[in-house]
Amino acid sequence: MEARTHIRVEDLSVWYGGHPALKDVTLSIPDKKITAIIGPSGCGKTTLLKSFNRLIDLQEGVRMEGRILVDDEDITAPGADLTRLRKKMGLLFQRPQVLPMSIFENVAYGLRIHGENDRLRLGEKVEHYLRMAGLWAEVRDRLAAPAAKLSIGQQQRLCLARGLAVEPEVILGDEPTSALDPHSAERIEQRFLELKRDYTIVLVTHILRQARRLADYAAFVYMGELVEHGPAAELFAHPKDPRTEAYISGRFIESTGEDPD
Amino acid sequence: MTQARFIEEKIFRGLMLAAAGMVAGSLGLILATVFVKGFRALSFDMLFKTPQGGYYIGGGGGIANAIAGSLVLGLGATLLALLVSLPLVFYLNVYLRRRSRLAFFIRFSLDVLWGIPSIVYGAFGFTVMVTLGLKASLLAGTLTVGLLIIPIMARSMDEVFKMVPPELHEAAYALGSTRWEAAMKVILRQAFPGLAAAVLIAFGRGIGDAASVLFTASFTDALPTSLFRPVATLPLAIFFQLGTPFPEVQERGYAAALVLTLIVLAVSVLARALTRRVTRHSR
Amino acid sequence: MDIRQIKDAIARRSMGLVALGVMSAAFLVGFGLYWRARPVLAGRRWTEILFSAAWHPARGEFGLGGFILGSFWVTAIAMVIAVPLSLLTALYLSEYASRRTREWSRPVVDVLAGISPVVYGVWGMLVVVPLVRDYAMPFLSSRLKFFPFASDNFTGFSALAGGVVLAVMVVPIMVSVMEEILRTVPPEIREASLALGATRWQTTKKAVLKKAWPGVVAAIILGFSRASGETMAVLMVAGCALQAVPKSIFDPAYPLPALIANTYGEMMSVPLYDAAILLAALVLFLLTVLFNAVGWGILLRLEKREG
Repeated sequence: MEARTHIRVEDLSVWYGGHPALKDVTLSIPDKKITAIIGPSGCGKTTLLKSFNRLIDLQEGVRMEGRILVDDEDITAPGADLTRLRKKMGLLFQRPQVLPMSIFENVAYGLRIHGENDRLRLGEKVEHYLRMAGLWAEVRDRLAAPAAKLSIGQQQRLCLARGLAVEPEVILGDEPTSALDPHSAERIEQRFLELKRDYTIVLVTHILRQARRLADYAAFVYMGELVEHGPAAELFAHPKDPRTEAYISGRFIESTGEDPD
Repeated sequence: MTQARFIEEKIFRGLMLAAAGMVAGSLGLILATVFVKGFRALSFDMLFKTPQGGYYIGGGGGIANAIAGSLVLGLGATLLALLVSLPLVFYLNVYLRRRSRLAFFIRFSLDVLWGIPSIVYGAFGFTVMVTLGLKASLLAGTLTVGLLIIPIMARSMDEVFKMVPPELHEAAYALGSTRWEAAMKVILRQAFPGLAAAVLIAFGRGIGDAASVLFTASFTDALPTSLFRPVATLPLAIFFQLGTPFPEVQERGYAAALVLTLIVLAVSVLARALTRRVTRHSR
Repeated sequence: MDIRQIKDAIARRSMGLVALGVMSAAFLVGFGLYWRARPVLAGRRWTEILFSAAWHPARGEFGLGGFILGSFWVTAIAMVIAVPLSLLTALYLSEYASRRTREWSRPVVDVLAGISPVVYGVWGMLVVVPLVRDYAMPFLSSRLKFFPFASDNFTGFSALAGGVVLAVMVVPIMVSVMEEILRTVPPEIREASLALGATRWQTTKKAVLKKAWPGVVAAIILGFSRASGETMAVLMVAGCALQAVPKSIFDPAYPLPALIANTYGEMMSVPLYDAAILLAALVLFLLTVLFNAVGWGILLRLEKREG
């Protein structure tokens, strides 16, 4: 049973100041599934993810070719409404990026930006999404405290709540557990499994076990190239490309295993 | 409702562009004013002759007294400031740890000195002169302007030193150098263009300041000959000569404004070229 | 101990001495001014000198109140113009402009900061004063006959002209401090906000400025301080006639620094006159030192926290 395609990438190439980061990537991201993008550090995983919400536009000297269709709409077209696109795509960063304001205001931020100013409704929604992110019980008594005071695991769940609050359709995770302790990472993973009922989730990770645990589909990116993609179970059990095979069996020579900042 | 934010975006983008345009435009307007007025007044006599019938009255001649005076006073003050700034900045960056309380306090003192208006330095110079029984002179003016530009020079030098990569210090120590040797041989060479730029900037600021020399250097029609006589400066030549009702004398003021602005522009361009070299090296 | 180490020790001592000198310089300046200003303080209450506007040196009345108010008046006009101009420019450069534009902006700001105050004065006399006299004043003052527009000064040499010139003079320092502060805001904060679908301006206003505002305040304080100490340009365009209380932006204003510069030459003629002028310098010194200490104090603390 083939799921509906939510994001379709067609011949996408990206350069940073003349230096190629992605070459001719063609990929379909299925609706309401978890798709894991795996690969060694610096191979273009994050670039691919950040093209989905065009956040790579912020880089100086970036150039894109090819098309990305989200719900059959070309988001690489010149007049594309980026704010609407980004509202559709919740993004979780490697390190949680809380905004310099209170816990409450962090979640309310996106709501306010999109025009919600009613205090009562704001309060309800903030509570709702904090519950959804599994953070409510821990912060209900200190909503006015600065968000930076939370532990890093709590901050990541706050970022999740903040992302969910703008009612996205897709959740993009850029190695969202890599800065967290194992326990906090596990809590985030659980959230993802619950959330895939309602959201399309794209997860960049270099933790293979995490990809195995969570992913329905997997894509292996290596040196800017999409080497192989398909149902996760199949890709992990019977990789077709020798490079994929080498990577998932851990025979890959990787210098650090961490993405450079 | 949500459309409002796009309108707001457009409005503020427009305002920002307008503001940046006004800032750049005001520079253009200032330069244009000075150039148009100044070039008309410029001539050989203007640059190379002293005022013939007194600087305030007219009677031919030019502003050679002020050009020479400003250069002499500016160079002297810069040299003086260099003698204080260089050791100070070495001390800050080579001998003290970046986080030390003393370093913090020295930097804070420099910041405060930087913010003291030049007229206050002028008034202070005057009190010292009166106390010591001195008259307004090249020496007093040089000392006062030197004091004025020490914080300007030292702060830009400090910025340059911050850009020297710390590995360079370590590499020098690892070779068994004392701190002094490390400072002189390795770091000084690396930082040299930036330091030169800091010296130039301070010179430009010193030569342009009028309020500090008003009490201390006074003004004269003569070329500078003695440390103990008053000396003419370009900023005061502008200030005094524009104040007269005689068009001929006002011309001299405009010419002086042009010369002074050209000096400042040359200094800026040179300093920028030098800093560019520093940033290229440190990459 | 060999010769190299002795050299090192000597260098260290002498540099320490220089540092000590620089650290005490501010105290020396303040004390020197105080010392010479004492005669005028003797027998007068300091409140009388600071708040009285009676300035009659020949009668021995040295109230600085009018000049202090004049300073605040001109500086306030300058800040009303310069703060939005600088903030918008700095935001444009840090949040919107391309790297190339930013690189071009630096020399512009540098040159603006380097131009002699007297040259600003020349520009003020030739451009700003006529504009005020021929356009702003007839246009505003005849239509808006109330504070702070009503005036009968038709020369153009006015608090407004002084304020405009001062504004252009303090823009460079405020823009460069603000831009530096905005650049220390981590780019991730912008990304996080934009990723939620915020527009650039929403991100700037609600996230970036939220983080950067202490530094922006510091920049404004520094700009204020610089403007209140600026002498020659204001002296050349502000008209310099004493007002007890400022009534109009089109009236002449007589700020403290201009008083000091203007009385040069005549201040030895009347007893206590010189002491009163040096007292004015002391007041100006204390004012700017206070503002600078607060402004740089904020910035140094921010740097420490970030570093």
